[in-house]
Amino acid sequence: MDLFEYQGKELLRKYGVPVPEGRVASTPEEAVAAARKLGGRVVVKAQVLIGGRGKAGGIKVARSPEEASEVTDQILGMDIRGHTVKRVLVERAGDITDEYYCSFLVDRSERQFLGIMSAEGGVDIEEVAANDPEKITRVHIDPLLGISQFHARELVFGADIDRDARKEAIAILPKLYDAFVSLDASLVEVNPLVLTGEGRVMALDAKVSVDDSAGYRHPIFDELKTVHEVPEQERLAKEKGLTFIKLDGDVGIIGNGAGLVMSTLDVVKAAGGDPANFLDVGGGAGADVLSSALEVITSNSEVNSVLINIFGGITRGDLVAEGIIDALGRLEIKVPIVVRLDGTNAEQGRKMLADAPHEMLVTAATMLEGAEKAVELAGKGGE
Amino acid sequence: MAILIGNDTRLLVQGLTGREGSFHGLRNKKYGTNLVAGVTPGKGGSDVEGVPIFDTVREATTATGANTSMVFVPPPVAADAILESHDAGIEVIIAITEGIPAMDMARTVTHLRRGQRAAALIGPNCPGVISPGKANVGIIPGEVCTEGPVGLVSRSGTLTYQIVYELTQEGIGQSTCVGVGGDPIPGSDFIDVLERFEKDDLTKLVVLVGEIGGDAEERAAAWVKENMRTPVVAYIAGFTAPPGKRMGHAGAIVSGSQGTAAAKKEALEAAGIRVASNPTEVSAIVKELL
Repeated sequence: MDLFEYQGKELLRKYGVPVPEGRVASTPEEAVAAARKLGGRVVVKAQVLIGGRGKAGGIKVARSPEEASEVTDQILGMDIRGHTVKRVLVERAGDITDEYYCSFLVDRSERQFLGIMSAEGGVDIEEVAANDPEKITRVHIDPLLGISQFHARELVFGADIDRDARKEAIAILPKLYDAFVSLDASLVEVNPLVLTGEGRVMALDAKVSVDDSAGYRHPIFDELKTVHEVPEQERLAKEKGLTFIKLDGDVGIIGNGAGLVMSTLDVVKAAGGDPANFLDVGGGAGADVLSSALEVITSNSEVNSVLINIFGGITRGDLVAEGIIDALGRLEIKVPIVVRLDGTNAEQGRKMLADAPHEMLVTAATMLEGAEKAVELAGKGGE
Repeated sequence: MAILIGNDTRLLVQGLTGREGSFHGLRNKKYGTNLVAGVTPGKGGSDVEGVPIFDTVREATTATGANTSMVFVPPPVAADAILESHDAGIEVIIAITEGIPAMDMARTVTHLRRGQRAAALIGPNCPGVISPGKANVGIIPGEVCTEGPVGLVSRSGTLTYQIVYELTQEGIGQSTCVGVGGDPIPGSDFIDVLERFEKDDLTKLVVLVGEIGGDAEERAAAWVKENMRTPVVAYIAGFTAPPGKRMGHAGAIVSGSQGTAAAKKEALEAAGIRVASNPTEVSAIVKELL
């Protein structure tokens, strides 16, 4: 789960990482109150889970509470690359002398933790990595040993951080690492880490991504999650235990296992169609799950056909068939449903479907045949 | 010979008394796997359909000579179960459990890869390993497999079944199929498994099944080019997958790869590996090369 900037900063503060004083606001009135409390110049920052806020006009400076109200009014409701702004973070503005980049993350390739630092902060770090790779310092950290002072020194001296900021930066890095490990984060990224006019070093931004699998030992994750909004269809799917991602096409897809579903999207595309979604019913799905999946898919009016591609391992073909038959009886399904069924109890499932004919039910012997049929039928429905 | 598991496998299941653990453990036994013990703390002395249960892995290995463990316990205690098996001298640990925190796995995998006695860990969050005709440890449906010369290594579960099924339909058998799992920190990656296949006299060709994310396929491609004589055929899923809701850019900086299917295909082809465009084409290419 990716956290909003204000959530990330609140957490980092708990681990002793200096962050600017600020308050979150979801109305211009709240922004005024926050600006009054903070006093002086403030920065109003859109809270969205996507980069490029500044360029999109989602970060503005206000010199008075009235101005804070004005800019908050402008920013709230703004669409930033498909994300609607619901909240802003109002922070005390300060002078910035220099900007750096630092992060800690799980390095999948090396199966270790990795610290990254650069003196080129506040900009797109991916561009720095591509154009000036020597300006980025990486230090691996043994997960069993944890961070040592020398790791912090290697990062700070390696990245050639300004002399005036070194001491504080070296002190901050272990705190940031502590937050990374203690929060079960997969990423803690501070861009920029700044040197202020007063010679202080602090985190001006925070991207924290936490590991949902560790939620059982972090009750706070549930609390952080409450402000995350997901599209209606995705929320409905999640409630029913399905993994669903909406796409733009008209061929609805249901499958079991992420790899097989991705592969199904690919073969539908190769057959000339456009998938309407990614939907993984997971392992061991029962009849109710299949029935719900069909309900979720067909609730999208853009869908002109559905392809169900199941290869049963722990998922049983007979239960899949039962779910499909249930959905066909329970829902008013107006688009063709192409079913391809193999694996555990598939023969039984195929027989059940054959015994319950329905004008919208089409069967396919193979995955490729299923994709071709679904694409062809979607084309007819779209005419 | 096959790799990781075979006729010499003496399996213990951590979590054999659980619903999933007993279902799959007994299914593996029925396949012909030599299931010698189960471990559930507090239930030592009982049995599951005649298979003795022990309180600790050490007791189980001492009493039964178990050399392979399948982990089927809930995520909060799974890393501990893996460490316990390693400590008791188990050689191959296959962790099926999904949802183990990455921090736990980072520490566990670091410990396992260090020191004198490195156990092979497959998974977590994986379908397991099958050496057709010899042993099946995990949830791969044994009936879709058949004995033969093709090794298979995959990050996916059901996609593996699909591809194995297509191979079997074409009359092409498998030496061993290994699902390494989709977790951020796997116990074994493609290279660990490819290394074993390269040394295996039964395996004449290897199918590598990858998917988007990370750079495991790119690294495997480079390794194959340098170290492998056994031919490799690949398939990558996710060409039309939506870009993940990725936050921050550190991931891409680390690997230098965007993790896209196209980038992986390019890397594999640059290493001389043929990449099939769909699961059905995999068996066609394999047939041509064998």
